[in-house]
Amino acid sequence: MQPDTEAALASLIAGASGKIAVTGGGTRRLDAVAGEPLSTAGLTGITLYEPGALTLVVQAGTPLDVIETTLTTENQRLPFEVPDLRGLLGRSGNSTIGGTVAANASGPRRIQAGACRDSLIGVRFVDGTGTVVKNGGRVMKNVTGIDLVKLMAGSQGRLGVLTEVAFKLLPVPETAATLVLHGLDDATAITALSSALTSPFDVSGAAHWPGHGTFIRIEGFATSVAYRSAELQRRLAGFGTVDAAADDPWPAIRDVAPFHGAAGDVWRLSTTPSQAPALVARLAPRQALYDWGGGLVWLLTDEGFDLRAALGPFAGHATLIRSHSALPTFHPEPAPIAALTRGLRAKFDPRGLFAGAL
Amino acid sequence: MDMPLPDASVIARRSRILARLAAALPADALISDPVETRAYECDALTAYRCLPLAVTLPRTTTEVATILRLCHEEGVKVIPRGAGTSLAGGSLPTADAVVLGVARMNAVLETDYPNRFIRVQSGRTNLSVTGAVEADGFFYAPDPSSQLACAIAGNIGMNSGGAHCLKYGVTTNNLLGVTMVTMQGDILQIGGPFLDAGGLDLLGVICGSEGQLGVVTEAWLRILPKPEGARPVLMGFASNEVAGACVSDIIKGGLLPVAIEFMDRPCIEATEAFAHAGYPDCEALLIIEVEGSPAEIDDQLARIKTIAQRHNPVAYRESRSEEEAKRIWLGRKSAFGAMGQMGDYICLDGTIPVSELAHVLRRIGELTASYGLRVANVFHAGDGNMHPLIIFDANKPGDLELAEALGADILRLCVEVGGCLTGEHGVGVEKRDLMHVQFTRDDMEAQLRVKDVFDPDWLLNPAKVFPLDVTASRRVA
Ligand SMILES: Cc1cc2nc3c(=O)[nH]c(=O)nc-3n(C[C@H](O)[C@H](O)[C@@H](O)COP(=O)(O)OP(=O)(O)OC[C@H]3O[C@@H](n4cnc5c(N)ncnc54)[C@H](O)[C@@H]3O)c2cc1C
Ligand SMILES: Cc1cc2nc3c(=O)[nH]c(=O)nc-3n(C[C@H](O)[C@H](O)[C@H](O)COP(=O)(O)OP(=O)(O)OC[C@H]3O[C@@H](n4cnc5c(N)ncnc54)[C@H](O)[C@@H]3O)c2cc1C
Repeated sequence: MQPDTEAALASLIAGASGKIAVTGGGTRRLDAVAGEPLSTAGLTGITLYEPGALTLVVQAGTPLDVIETTLTTENQRLPFEVPDLRGLLGRSGNSTIGGTVAANASGPRRIQAGACRDSLIGVRFVDGTGTVVKNGGRVMKNVTGIDLVKLMAGSQGRLGVLTEVAFKLLPVPETAATLVLHGLDDATAITALSSALTSPFDVSGAAHWPGHGTFIRIEGFATSVAYRSAELQRRLAGFGTVDAAADDPWPAIRDVAPFHGAAGDVWRLSTTPSQAPALVARLAPRQALYDWGGGLVWLLTDEGFDLRAALGPFAGHATLIRSHSALPTFHPEPAPIAALTRGLRAKFDPRGLFAGAL
Repeated sequence: MDMPLPDASVIARRSRILARLAAALPADALISDPVETRAYECDALTAYRCLPLAVTLPRTTTEVATILRLCHEEGVKVIPRGAGTSLAGGSLPTADAVVLGVARMNAVLETDYPNRFIRVQSGRTNLSVTGAVEADGFFYAPDPSSQLACAIAGNIGMNSGGAHCLKYGVTTNNLLGVTMVTMQGDILQIGGPFLDAGGLDLLGVICGSEGQLGVVTEAWLRILPKPEGARPVLMGFASNEVAGACVSDIIKGGLLPVAIEFMDRPCIEATEAFAHAGYPDCEALLIIEVEGSPAEIDDQLARIKTIAQRHNPVAYRESRSEEEAKRIWLGRKSAFGAMGQMGDYICLDGTIPVSELAHVLRRIGELTASYGLRVANVFHAGDGNMHPLIIFDANKPGDLELAEALGADILRLCVEVGGCLTGEHGVGVEKRDLMHVQFTRDDMEAQLRVKDVFDPDWLLNPAKVFPLDVTASRRVA
């Protein structure tokens, strides 16, 4: 099924009798979903782009690269630095903006510019009853009614099929610089990153790649980047020599390149930076990669290793991103939260068309 | 503005309900004497008032759960309340409802600098959150003008913003997690001290839900390191169009000021007469503030100046000192007080795409003239959040209704050009009946379903946000 219009999509869903597997570019889906494939490839195109107001409204099936190319012409970008997980997951194809929103996919700049959900200002979607719903709009501030925009971000296509999404954008900064510290153990590295992130120098990337270095990114106007780099170098001097990084490590960190092609399961751990090194030490993974100042940890583990059981209770959650095991993809939720999730899914998709975990 | 008739069966059971609450709570946590409950009969939208059945002022999450469980059992409606500064009637009581005020729950529970968060009880005032971390070089970014009085509870309820949210976002962008009690009395933790909560974004739905989904008792808030410094510049323009074009060029130029405030001529004149800030005589005025080290500020202001000069400003004033910065902000900060001197006023809160600024200001002028009233405009230009102030005479019969009708027309205009009914104050009872303008029945139905899941008996903050005809069947159920 590949409807060309929102109306056609709505009538398809209204008339559906079995499970539906909503597919954007097919580059990221984690949990296998049985059901008739429903492609959003027919719903493409930029509806509105206003560079002077930093706003973009776009059809959900539009490939990400089309959007990125368009924004480049005006020297603007999506603030949340979408990761490209094809290499990690062994997929081909082109991610769509709808799939990106459905996954709330956010890269290293999350710590400074927010997640995908923070830039998302409007949605249109077709729910499981075939009803078209709109929420939010094309303005930065909007508190009119219940915020379904946030609810749809990260909903993994379980509440409805997004047809159109609106974003606020950011200008591409004049320049960027990356500082690197070498040879730090995990705990010291996270302390160094916290020190950078608690400075007034507006860090837009803070990651620790064991064996490669501890990285700090600063973006902005050239004079300001030079000034802040120097200040950060001074501030971090106690942790060792602070160099300017020779190459740009951020695409590799963003896309979890260190694990590409490596055997084993891939987990994504969300927690507080301070807790992260101890948790990782307890798990003794094959490899670890810390982003978001330590708040996001990618782990490469033995196949079928139940990381959640090994972690015990902690502040955060773990998602199984790549595996052949039968372990659940998503972290089990506490009972009262799970009840709310079930309740919402039952309301938006009463016939249970949009199958899948979560 | 209509409100549903109070539930007669609840009113009839009043003494039994009060007795149960009194037995379950510490002595000073329940107020039922009408002399004392009068303080809670309205919020900052004082045009509408109603004495509640009773007021409860708990000190702990457990007490909140007790109150809610009991009210749920008795079928009593509950009005969550922070500091009561809502401008939309968001915490307006009904006669058959118990107000649940969290003002006494104002403790700081945890500050964690390495992980950059603070955990507070929700009754803590906005400004005192920053107060708790300021000495250590941090701040809490959302800064509504009411920040001295308003509580984090109400900020979450309304997803409040402030002058600095162009750069730092509004409440939802700075909220990491909450402890919330459902109407049934269940205590939930949603999100927490980490950036990515996983699962459905329930936190995003709760933020801005105007007390419809549960009572927030604690919050994890993101705190940020304070910038080294900040400095404003003031510029005057010959027309609203030119000032609007300048704003858009600055944004396109890659600059991200922390604030871009816009005042139109009526607002400038009123402010000048009141505060004597020495503002230029012009049609439109911008105040732009940038942050950073002294050298960074100089660099940004130089770039802004270059852009501004392309639009032939009639005045351009950069602050060189604390003193000058204060004078630049003086007029803007006294704008609301100044309008108060001109008469009674209604403060609107519509949002528009920035590109429609000049058109909208022109149409507001025309509409205002046709109503024979006066309007002054001051707003956050960077994000299109307008606060037209409609000046009227409360003592003149019919004037309030006229002002309200003009307000509704202006908000319809905002929606017509692609904007929305409210950017930060919320819908409450004030804009409830205009929701049809922005949403179809299906759009609203989708929102009601969220309420159905969190509050299946429809007892929380009744008759707010959604038009009464849309919720009628649910409210009788
Ligand atoms: C459980 C899970 C967690 C993920 N977490 C992250 C993460 O934290 N960071 C990250 O960078 N990436 C993450 N991803 C990857 C994410 O899916 C991609 O970032 C996104 O770009 C995929 O684009 P796509 O068009 O190829 O989507 P697909 O692979 O086709 O679909 C991805 C998911 O989105 C749904 N979907 C696709 N289009 C729509 C639509 N129009 N409306 C509604 N739902 C739709 C699908 O049903 C599927 O569940 C995650 C993916 C999954 C499944
Ligand atoms: C002079 C003045 C200036 C203002 N300036 C701004 C501004 O710049 N920006 C802005 O955004 N707003 C502004 N406001 C509006 C108001 O201050 C905000 O809406 C504020 O967030 C309300 O906080 P409060 O604690 O007073 O909430 P209340 O008025 O008590 O409640 C507001 C809403 O939140 C709900 N609520 C309260 N407590 C809870 C809880 N514990 N759990 C769940 N829901 C709850 C209520 O039911 C209600 O719907 C201004 C108001 C005034 C009077």
